[in-house]
Amino acid sequence: MSKKLLRRAGFLAATLAAGIFAGAQAAQPIKIGSFLSVTGPASFLGDPELKTLEMYVERINEAGGVLGRPLQLIHYDDAGDASAARNFASRLVRSDRVDIIVGGSTTGTTMAAVPLIEQARTPFISLAGAVVITDPVKPWVFKTPQSDRAAAQRVLQDMKDRGITRIGLISGTDGFGRSGREQTLAVAPEMGIEVVADVTYSPSDTDMTAQLTRIRNTPGVQAVFNFGFGQSPAIVTRNYAQLGIDLPFYQSHGVASDRFLELVGRAGEGLRLPASPLLVPDSLPDTDPQKRVVQAYKSAYEQRWNTQVSTFGGYAFDGLMLAVEAIERAGSTDREAVRKALESIQGYVGVTGVFNMSPTDHNGVGPESFRILEVRNGQWHLIQ
Amino acid sequence: MFAEFIQYLFTGITIGATYALVALGFTLIYNASHVINFAQGEFLMIGGMATVSLLGMGFPMPVAIVLAVMLAGIIGVALQRFAIAPAKQADVVTLIIITIGASIFIRGIAQLVWGKEYHVMPNFSSDEPIRLFGAVLNSQSFWVLGIGALLVVALVLFFTRTLMGKAILATSMNKDAARLVGIRTQMVLMLAFMLSALLGSMAGVTVAPITFTAYDIGIMLGLKGFVAAALGGLGSGVGAVVGGLLLGVVEAMTAGYISSDYKDAVAFSMILLVLFFMPRGLFGSRVVERV
Repeated sequence: MSKKLLRRAGFLAATLAAGIFAGAQAAQPIKIGSFLSVTGPASFLGDPELKTLEMYVERINEAGGVLGRPLQLIHYDDAGDASAARNFASRLVRSDRVDIIVGGSTTGTTMAAVPLIEQARTPFISLAGAVVITDPVKPWVFKTPQSDRAAAQRVLQDMKDRGITRIGLISGTDGFGRSGREQTLAVAPEMGIEVVADVTYSPSDTDMTAQLTRIRNTPGVQAVFNFGFGQSPAIVTRNYAQLGIDLPFYQSHGVASDRFLELVGRAGEGLRLPASPLLVPDSLPDTDPQKRVVQAYKSAYEQRWNTQVSTFGGYAFDGLMLAVEAIERAGSTDREAVRKALESIQGYVGVTGVFNMSPTDHNGVGPESFRILEVRNGQWHLIQ
Repeated sequence: MFAEFIQYLFTGITIGATYALVALGFTLIYNASHVINFAQGEFLMIGGMATVSLLGMGFPMPVAIVLAVMLAGIIGVALQRFAIAPAKQADVVTLIIITIGASIFIRGIAQLVWGKEYHVMPNFSSDEPIRLFGAVLNSQSFWVLGIGALLVVALVLFFTRTLMGKAILATSMNKDAARLVGIRTQMVLMLAFMLSALLGSMAGVTVAPITFTAYDIGIMLGLKGFVAAALGGLGSGVGAVVGGLLLGVVEAMTAGYISSDYKDAVAFSMILLVLFFMPRGLFGSRVVERV
């Protein structure tokens, strides 16, 4: 008797479980994998990126998900460590079996994960800057930030427009500065600009007066360009003002944040840099297609997290939205179909720029998506 | 040409004065216990960060600085009480490892409390740079140099003129003998940690207007400061200052005349050379290793 009952109960349980399983199958979540540098030295990148991903995954799910399926964000913090990034990427593709990866805050963490992700044939949208990520093109790797080459081109273009042909370059010896320096040196001859002084500083330096003096004493310098990120460019800017160098001064997009304005104070007056429209959403002309997207993202982010929006969060926004767009276009999470859909995205209006992907361009935004800003009275001012 | 040289020299002095001030902090604890306190950089960070956040709360600068330095002092005592003292008779290497752990712990807490961003601290006096012989110098550099000099004199007087200072030296020379003559060595050690935290946080506050400040500034400044201290001879106040200035000037001259790429290489080669011929540093005590 009891045996029979037990068997029946077992049968019932099995049926129930199968039912639940089938139900789950219908609305199985789309898994979005991510590894970001939320803590550690690159946390200023990873922190807003993760906040953006969490916030928009929530919003998309509230609005009914993608293809009728909810999104599930699987995230690991690599703390800026390339080997940790590689391990987490491996976990994402092997054990979590994610459908797409949006992550990689720095070029170092991205490049460490790339071979593994390529091998696993999973679409990957990186949030890091350097041009090596998508040049040469790798079938499964995409990225949202403009490359440092585009930043260099934009800055040199603005210099040319002002009639400047001979410049001094000062850059950091970290990955960002090194790559920026190489790209600047590479594109300068194409644009008819000569780099007559080329000096560097290490990220731990506390005073760059010696390097700047060297640039100032080089005959013929008409403008100075600093390629770097972190606190060092702020120190360079202050030293520049202290030395009273009276030449146009440019920074890279690496410091395009309101935080930088606070750090440099009055020393920043008159300097120019290429930046995302996110810094000046209200100064954009109404005809600018990005204006609405940028304003919406900024107000949503600031309302939700109660802190200032950052350019880097914008990269994550674009990454997630491109992923969603591609999955919708593909009509499934089939990896090859999603990859193809990503490659075919044209005219997608994001926070960073208007994306035009192609099989030969996995970045999709060029130098024109940067706006040139000038610091006036401690505020960003859009140069038209 | 001359203006250029003076500019490099001034730059070197500014950088070097920062290193020197940091290096001084290592001296005290080393003298008391032969422990190199790798949490020294964290005291610097606490000095700078606490001052910035107190300024943000609306305290006037002198009050903010005093409170920040006091906070660092309390943390110094706590570090000795709760991390070093329980290890009791552990040897010096173990204690050094404990300080590394403590530094990571303090850094983590600071990251939670103060966030991960860089902060600005205003100059003590005017923001206007000072012009001399066609070169410019940040006015804060004078504060760094002045406070550095003051601290060296205070340290020398403390170790040679006061009972407390002599007790610290005695403890470092022979702990058992010191205890036999009635010195409470645990108290002495606690005092050394407190003083060194005070010293470190004062250095942190003074250099913050030049370097900015953030939760992880201690790693960077602490390491350079330690190098300067080793160059000058661990345990010597004068050595710390000379070591720091020498390191700064060599770095600036290399950046100016050779290439900024070789700046660190030249500085570290110089240190290797010095330590090769004078293993105890430029001003290190010539004591024989006790057996």
